[in-house]
Amino acid sequence: MDFEDTPEEAEIRAEIRAWLSENAGKFDEGRDRSRPLTGREVIERSKAWQKIKADAGYAAITWPKEYGGMGGTSMQNVIYGQEEAKFNMPGNLFLIGIGMAMPTLMVHGTPEQRERFIRPALYGEEVWCQLFSEPGAGSDLANVRTRAEKDGDEWVVNGQKIWTSGAHYSDWGILVARTDPTKPKHKGLSYFLVDMKAPGVEAKPITQISGAHHFNEVYFENLRIPDSMRVGAEGDGWQVALTTLMNERQAVGNMGSSVGIEEFIELARQTELADGPAIRNAAVREKIADWHIQSEGLKYIRFMSLTALSRGETPSPRASISKAVNAPRKQDLSAFAMELMDLGGIVRDRELSPFRGRFQEEWIAAPGIRIAGGTDEIMRNIIAERVLGLPGDVRVDKDTPFNEQPTGF
Amino acid sequence: MDFEDTPEEAEFRAEVQAWLKANAPKNASANAFSADLNEAEALKIAKEWQAKKADARYAKITWPREIGGMGGTPIQNVIYSQEEAKYALPGGFFDIGLGMCIPTLLTHGTPEQAERYTKPALYGEEIWCQLFSEPAAGSDLAGIRTRAEKDGDEWVVNGQKIWTSGAHYSDYGILVTRSNPDVPKHKGLTFFFLDMKTPGVEVKPIKQISGGANFNEVYFTDVRIPDSQRLGAEGDGWKVSLTTLMNERAAIGGGGGALGSDELLKLFRGIEMHDGPAINNMAVRERLADWYVQGQGLKYTRFRSLTALSKGETPGPENSIGKAVSAPRGQDYTSFALELMELGGMITDPDLAPLKAGFQSGWLFAPAMRIAGGTDEILKNIIAERVLGLPGEIRVDKDTPFNELPTGH
Amino acid sequence: MNFDFSDDQKLLKDQANKFLQDKCDLTVVRRILDGDELYEADVWKGIVEMGWTGTAIPEEYGGIGLGHLELCMIAEELGRSLAPVPFSSSVYLATEALLIAASEDQKQKYLPALAAGEMIGTLALNEGTQAATPRTIKASYSGGKISGTKLPVPDGDIANFAVVAVKTGSGSDEGAISLAVVDLTGEGVTRTPVTTLDPTRNLSNITFDNAPAELVGAEGSGWSTIRQVLDRAAVLTAFEQVGGADAALNTAKEYALGRYAFGRPIASFQAIKHKLADMYIKNELARSNSYYGAWALSTNAPDLPAAAAGARIAATDAFNFAAKENIQTHGGMGFTWEFDCHLFYRRAKLLSVSLGSALSWKDKLVSELEKRNAA
Ligand SMILES: Cc1cc2nc3c(=O)[nH]c(=O)nc-3n(C[C@H](O)[C@H](O)[C@H](O)COP(=O)(O)OP(=O)(O)OC[C@H]3O[C@@H](n4cnc5c(N)ncnc54)[C@H](O)[C@@H]3O)c2cc1C
Ligand SMILES: Cc1cc2nc3c(=O)[nH]c(=O)nc-3n(C[C@H](O)[C@H](O)[C@H](O)COP(=O)(O)OP(=O)(O)OC[C@H]3O[C@@H](n4cnc5c(N)ncnc54)[C@H](O)[C@@H]3O)c2cc1C
Repeated sequence: MDFEDTPEEAEIRAEIRAWLSENAGKFDEGRDRSRPLTGREVIERSKAWQKIKADAGYAAITWPKEYGGMGGTSMQNVIYGQEEAKFNMPGNLFLIGIGMAMPTLMVHGTPEQRERFIRPALYGEEVWCQLFSEPGAGSDLANVRTRAEKDGDEWVVNGQKIWTSGAHYSDWGILVARTDPTKPKHKGLSYFLVDMKAPGVEAKPITQISGAHHFNEVYFENLRIPDSMRVGAEGDGWQVALTTLMNERQAVGNMGSSVGIEEFIELARQTELADGPAIRNAAVREKIADWHIQSEGLKYIRFMSLTALSRGETPSPRASISKAVNAPRKQDLSAFAMELMDLGGIVRDRELSPFRGRFQEEWIAAPGIRIAGGTDEIMRNIIAERVLGLPGDVRVDKDTPFNEQPTGF
Repeated sequence: MDFEDTPEEAEFRAEVQAWLKANAPKNASANAFSADLNEAEALKIAKEWQAKKADARYAKITWPREIGGMGGTPIQNVIYSQEEAKYALPGGFFDIGLGMCIPTLLTHGTPEQAERYTKPALYGEEIWCQLFSEPAAGSDLAGIRTRAEKDGDEWVVNGQKIWTSGAHYSDYGILVTRSNPDVPKHKGLTFFFLDMKTPGVEVKPIKQISGGANFNEVYFTDVRIPDSQRLGAEGDGWKVSLTTLMNERAAIGGGGGALGSDELLKLFRGIEMHDGPAINNMAVRERLADWYVQGQGLKYTRFRSLTALSKGETPGPENSIGKAVSAPRGQDYTSFALELMELGGMITDPDLAPLKAGFQSGWLFAPAMRIAGGTDEILKNIIAERVLGLPGEIRVDKDTPFNELPTGH
Repeated sequence: MNFDFSDDQKLLKDQANKFLQDKCDLTVVRRILDGDELYEADVWKGIVEMGWTGTAIPEEYGGIGLGHLELCMIAEELGRSLAPVPFSSSVYLATEALLIAASEDQKQKYLPALAAGEMIGTLALNEGTQAATPRTIKASYSGGKISGTKLPVPDGDIANFAVVAVKTGSGSDEGAISLAVVDLTGEGVTRTPVTTLDPTRNLSNITFDNAPAELVGAEGSGWSTIRQVLDRAAVLTAFEQVGGADAALNTAKEYALGRYAFGRPIASFQAIKHKLADMYIKNELARSNSYYGAWALSTNAPDLPAAAAGARIAATDAFNFAAKENIQTHGGMGFTWEFDCHLFYRRAKLLSVSLGSALSWKDKLVSELEKRNAA
């Protein structure tokens, strides 16, 4: 599938294509494809590719040049994304660093912090993770209990995080911790940068429903963080975290899929139903049309958000739509693809399943996408409250001191 | 498991069938809610028919014989309704009176009042309406502001009701008022019945989106109601209203809409799309199947409840799903039917549109079905709270004096 | 009207529930998920001892001759417990196919053994990752031998024999399809377990290379038998789905009541309340349609094809919805291997793609409506 470009876009596309066919094309030369890569190798490969992109300015197209970006337009970024997707290049390792942590530093960080961290993140030299969620603080992030206590020029951190994607291979983490438990919950938080290799940080794996291990529990025991690694003022952690979250929703909402509508159309062409190829079936066609217009709609929302980002503005909460639409869409599309495969849809074997089982993997990953970075329900609350201006839920927890709140099991 | 009547049920059904055959009026298809109704005429036929039913004790099968009922079982009531539904009979005029108002009077009125009003209602000589909803009190019925102030042996009522079905042809009404605004909202209500011809009562028709005018605004200006027409104690109006509402929900949860899958099938067969008759289009078939299965689901859910009734047991909570499914379903399929008619879907001329424009009038009335007698949202709250046992909303209005509550527009 | 199961039938259901709670809670299901066993042999043994495998087999063939209503009650409980046993393949598919189409000799040979649990059967229909239709079935039969590949075959690595859909005619119409019974432990049969999204149930890749086989029913009658088997299995599977959906709703409810966010139970948020109310509504619609399917199945009513499709469509929708929204209600916890939510998500999908997609059943249902209301 292709869309007509304007002449200007076509020119950019041609440039990108040329660069990609040169660089992405030869990137994997000589790789032994007879066996899947190990986790370590995936990381090495991602880092290597990130460096090549960063050197050419493609690692962060819309970022200003001062931060090592290209100072390019959203359109360029989208075109780049479309073109890179045609190659099987490594992807999401830098989502948190480049998509969330660095944009937060650009807004709230000190000049030293920007100087120290942005370039290595861009060049894939340092991988970041997000130490926000806790067992008792997910949707209700402001409920975090991990304690940071000031000790001279340092903070001493104790507590537990959970769901920390990539903690086991990350170099740095962004952390929200409670610095004052006697204040109402949103007021007593601060935001820090954590060296994941420091003593007192321990990551324990959690297995996901797919059987894979991407996220972790992270325990802090008397971890010491220099005050220079605080982002924003003491007690302003919530404000800083909101910037990260807006960028997260954006990043997750735009996350590419390993399978999408093109693959679905191809599958429908190949698959026989009782009355002929699925692609001729009006119910199948209707779904294709619906998914197509959803992704088109999201594309233009993305343009607007990218424009804001490239101007160094906080993206509008409108970006929440992307995630609210994209996550359930992934689940629906993959589930329906499996239905078309009939009983064979349940097969999870790359050799036996169409598209090497990618629909199946998408389906088992999809529930996580509907939860990570703000659940479907929270996204709708945000759209209602921040975009439409409707009142928030009746709150019973806003003004009570944190250490007096009810907790459940 | 079977669908057969027990011998006693079969005997009763045979009686009913014979009686209906001998007595049901011919060609009287008007209904209180249809748009193109010659109301006076329909009312006349309906009253005659009601008197006949009452004479034969079919007007209220489950009521005791002393008050004009048959002393029958709920299942006999259902059998009668099933048989009566096979005839096109006028209906809708007496349901509010017999289903809600008189039962409330029987529970909370004096024996003399019961004696005075029951029989005329049963024979269709006097029609009743329900004066509950107000501009600012619908779902939140306890929010009513119509004021009743005591003056010696009388109450003086000022205020406004809205959505009062049939107020324009009703003889009596049941009324909830606020008698004490200084106490929390559920505590300051008092319940009355009144003659609709009392001076100071003014009925103004509201034109519905369907073009009909079945409901009204009712204004009260210094209307004087004798204290003897109070039902329940002063301040107990909320409890009395609950009696009425329980009867309302039980009454409305009844049978399905007038248009069913057979009509849809017929329509889809008759409509040509670009690739052949609509019925051959899989996207059309998919919807028809879904609506059919929902309809069957409701039908057999009713059968499950009936079985319980037939065994003398209380039906389970499953019957609470009825209107939450049927109301949106009715809107969906009438809307889809209009889509298939393309621009012709807009035609409301009964001579030109299929089924005498039944889909068009169904579509216009559908929004009301999703609101009257508990909106979709309220019904789901009820399922969540009363069936599943989930907690109620966090309430901000329970303990505050009524005159200190925020109001909105 | 008596649209309900009898007290005896409900008693059977209670017994099934107790047995499964006792012997087959979710830790048992997990053992199969995590281990190499293909099914839970102890649970299966208990099931056989209680005679469930012979529920609908007439006494003359060694069954206990109860009937399909009783089988529905058992199915609901098996579905609720996610039992990792080859019950559906052996009982809803193989047994029903033989009851419908087998010769007297074949019935004598297989049915008592199925009832007694000495044999486990299955139905081998699909060939690859698409629907089984007279056009997609390529496995061939001639001279008492079959050749071809069946993928995936439910419980194919566990079963002793399979009723296999084969091509006997030359065209691609229904008359070209027959059924043949094949000893899966015999010569010419190669089986390998397939990796699937629901490892708590076995699916197999089976190759037949001139494997000895015997036709079941007349040549060319296979598709009509398959259709009947699928209708029956659809009703029984719908009960499994209703049981599973009910369990998923309960799990979600319990979690929502205990989990606090923003200082209150998440069950007090309307988004969660309405989600659970929607689950309840779908589950009740599914249950009612399934009851009607049960009635049609037990009386062999002419409306069985429509009733089966109705049960199938409503129950598939209900279980898929309850399973995915159960995870959603659990938030991050629902996405962990450790919590049980994914067991329901996986099983819901397996049952949803077994016996053909919802779309194909909707198509069938409308065809039935068309027949009933001849134009
Ligand atoms: C794959 C994956 C990766 C993740 N990676 C990271 C990471 O790297 N770093 C990190 O910090 N976190 C990470 N998370 C955690 C994620 O941000 C949280 O899981 C998420 O915010 C939800 O929180 P929770 O799991 O505590 O669920 P809860 O907040 O307990 O939510 C449970 C249910 O209640 C609903 N709910 C809660 N509050 C409301 C409300 N006010 N209104 C309506 N409904 C409500 C939710 O929508 C949900 O359905 C990850 C999660 C997943 C699944
Ligand atoms: C055809 C028809 C006939 C009627 N006849 C009568 C009659 O004879 N007598 C009479 O007294 N009344 C009658 N009514 C009124 C009817 O009972 C009310 O319209 C109904 O209760 C809804 O109230 P409302 O219109 O004020 O809407 P509101 O209560 O203002 O509701 C507006 C919206 O807010 C939603 N909402 C409100 N509260 C909640 C909540 N807690 N949670 C979630 N959502 C919520 C509602 O679902 C709805 O979508 C009739 C209505 C109709 C349409």
